[in-house]
Amino acid sequence: MTTATTSPYAAGRVVSDETVPARAAWSAIVRRGRLLTITDLHGNQAADFLVYDAHDTSVRYSAPDTIQAQGNIFLTTGSVLLSNEHTPLMTVVEDTCGRHDTVGGACSKESNTLRYGHHTFSQHACVENFLAEGSKHGLGKRDLVSNINWYMNVPVEKDGTLGIVDGISAPGLKVVLRAETDVIALLSNCPQINNPCNGFDPSAVQMTITEPDES
Amino acid sequence: MATASVTASAYGARDHARAQEGTTVDAMPVLPASSWPAPPEGIAGEDIVWAETVAGGNYTHKVLARGTEVRLTDLSGDACAHVLLYSADRPWERLNAADTVKVLWNAYLGAGHLLLSDQGRVLASVTEDTSGRHDALTGTSTLARNVERYGDGTPQSASPAGRELFKLAALKNGLAPRDLPPSVSFFQGVRIAEDGTTEFTGSAGAGKAVTLRAEQDVTVLLANVPHPLDPRPAYSCGRLEVLAYRAGPTAAGDALWDATPEGRRAFLNTAEYLTVRGIA
Repeated sequence: MTTATTSPYAAGRVVSDETVPARAAWSAIVRRGRLLTITDLHGNQAADFLVYDAHDTSVRYSAPDTIQAQGNIFLTTGSVLLSNEHTPLMTVVEDTCGRHDTVGGACSKESNTLRYGHHTFSQHACVENFLAEGSKHGLGKRDLVSNINWYMNVPVEKDGTLGIVDGISAPGLKVVLRAETDVIALLSNCPQINNPCNGFDPSAVQMTITEPDES
Repeated sequence: MATASVTASAYGARDHARAQEGTTVDAMPVLPASSWPAPPEGIAGEDIVWAETVAGGNYTHKVLARGTEVRLTDLSGDACAHVLLYSADRPWERLNAADTVKVLWNAYLGAGHLLLSDQGRVLASVTEDTSGRHDALTGTSTLARNVERYGDGTPQSASPAGRELFKLAALKNGLAPRDLPPSVSFFQGVRIAEDGTTEFTGSAGAGKAVTLRAEQDVTVLLANVPHPLDPRPAYSCGRLEVLAYRAGPTAAGDALWDATPEGRRAFLNTAEYLTVRGIA
């Protein structure tokens, strides 16, 4: 018997439940079988996300392998987050938003200079968060790869034109991920203020790990 | 009485080995590169610095000086050139496929596209493209997937995986598997439908070519393996011709420098890096 899902996160015993402030980073080890719920508390908040095999961090999320396997660039319920060795790291078991990006990667101070101009160089960015948070797990710059952007909307037009456009998320929407092996999950609560990925107003997200009830 | 084998002694083995010189096969490097018999139009033979034909299921790698152009030619219409680029002496700066499509507002590689690093700089630009069938989204093949699809994916097998070959190329450059980010590929197209579905469009045919220009000193890793979305049940990959020659980097005032505001700033960032280091 499972707990009723009136809570914003997946049912089960709560292992950890943290609110990540706007612009901040977060990480955790998620044991195999546990569920990680990412809740977009205030709506249209891009949550940049990377995941590594906790026992061999050279095995990590691969956007190309994930896209190859599912034949689609958008992530939603049923999407399996594959590693660079084509092995499953996590599975999206619930998604109340609809689709998420795995093409656009993370914002950085450096790429911001290209996208918007050198006046943005002093602004905080996701790569800063990934580096700082990843270093707590022994990860470095070499370990950063193309990431997932939960709640970010990146359509591709017929001629290949792509861009980050107004979001389709709303307050309280959630994504639930099941760990298929022990993983390190890294999150950058995106600080970007130069495009609509955060509705031009970065806000908090909630990160909850639950241990599913025995059925 | 049995005749002794010609390789039974060190002298005989030496003669046997030396007698092999001059053998030609259809996939091999040609040295000196300036002896390449058919230089690209407008290129003097003595300017060719790297000439190699890479077999399907094989790989190569090189460190290129800034201003070198590399012309990749799909000889049979069945090649697929998977490419990774690194700043030559600072390999932690490397190709960022996500920035390459995002910053330039286009998912499809073609002439004029810039292959960007994670540091907001240009590693190489695509100066010419007669194919138009490329992919920056779905990467290369893996051992696990090739085992599933073809029965094997190890480098010594008949169906090597791109990632396995990239590992070898990386290791020979002092890098490790963790240094392999998502790669891009040329000559086998992928398009994205409105609903996000990937559509494999395959090859534009034999003889198509893509030219990359190194905009700083770069290490290039190149694996020629079937595209991961190639639906054919058999492992099918043709020869890839690689010709590199001295040309010159993109400079302020060139059309490519100013083609887009994002690209111009990427060239400016690259120029600043080179100037501060005293390179250019």
